[in-house]
Amino acid sequence: MRRAVLLAVLMGAPLAAQDAMPPAPYAYRQLDDAAQEAEAQDLMETLRCLKCQSQSIADSDAPMAGDMRHQVRIRIAAGEDPAEVRGWLMDRYGDYVSYSPAMNVRTWPLFAVPGVLILIAAAVLFRRFRRAR
Amino acid sequence: MNWRLWLPLTAFVAFLAIAAYSMSQPKDDFVRSEMVGEPLPYFSLPPAAEGQPGVSSTDFADGKPRLLNIWASWCLPCIAEAPQLAELERQGAEIVGVAIRDKPEDIAAFLAEHGNPYTSIGRDDLSEVQLGIGSSGVPETFVIDGKGVITYQHIGDIRESDVPLLLEQLREAGA
Repeated sequence: MRRAVLLAVLMGAPLAAQDAMPPAPYAYRQLDDAAQEAEAQDLMETLRCLKCQSQSIADSDAPMAGDMRHQVRIRIAAGEDPAEVRGWLMDRYGDYVSYSPAMNVRTWPLFAVPGVLILIAAAVLFRRFRRAR
Repeated sequence: MNWRLWLPLTAFVAFLAIAAYSMSQPKDDFVRSEMVGEPLPYFSLPPAAEGQPGVSSTDFADGKPRLLNIWASWCLPCIAEAPQLAELERQGAEIVGVAIRDKPEDIAAFLAEHGNPYTSIGRDDLSEVQLGIGSSGVPETFVIDGKGVITYQHIGDIRESDVPLLLEQLREAGA
C-alpha cells in the first residue's frame, strides 16, 4: 500500500507542474488557409521552445510552446510576414529563441570562423604543394 | 627546431583550457528578457480573483513604481516565494500579479492558502503578457517604473536574500 502511494506521488509529480487549462485555440489547430499554415509551420520549426531547450515550438507539447504557436498562427493569419513574427520574438528573447541565427555583434564569429579556417587550410596546402614540386 | 611544430599542440592546449574554464563556470539556463529598458507593451487582462481588479498596461504609467509578478497556482516555486512577496508588500512594495494559464477556483484556493500580496491580478490564459514582456517561465518578477518602463527582471522564485535587492530596484525605479 505504502509503495502504491509512493508510486502515485512520484508519477503525479510531473503532472503537478503543469496547468489544467485547455491549450490555446491555435496551439494544435491549423490555419484554414493552407499557404498561411505552411508559412507558419516553416517558421515554428525554426523557433526554439523556451521551456524545453532543444526542441522547436513545432515539436514541443509544453503549454508555453502551444501559446507561442498560437501567437505565430494568429500573427501570420493577420497578414504579418514570418520575418516580422520572428523579429517580434527576438525583440523579447534575443537570439536564443531563433534557430536561424542572424549576424550581429555577438554572433559574427560563428560566421567568420569557417571562412578563416578555410583560408588557413588553403594557405597550408598551397605552401605544401609548392614545396613538393 | 622549427617553432611551427608546436603550433598544433599549443592550439589543442588552448582549446582544453577554454573547455575546462567553461565547465568550471556555473550553468546558466536563464533566458533573459530583452524588454528590460523598454516600455510595457499594451495589454489588458480580465480579473483573476473575486473582488480584485484585472491588470492593464495603462495602470502602470502613473508615477508609482511597481512589481509585476508572473505566477500561477500550479507552480510549485510560487509557493516558496509567497512569504517573500508578503514581506515585500509589508515593506511597502505594490505588487501586481499576472496568473498564467490558471483557473479562477485554483487561484482563489492558492491565495487563501498562501496569502494575497497583490493589489490586482490579471488572468493571462494564453501567456500573452508573458510572451509580450519576454518572460520564459513562472515565477518571474519585473520592476516597472512610474513611466511604465521595465527596469529589472528577476528570474525564478524570490529568495529571502533577493528581497533587499528588489526593494533597492524599486527605489531606483522611483527616482
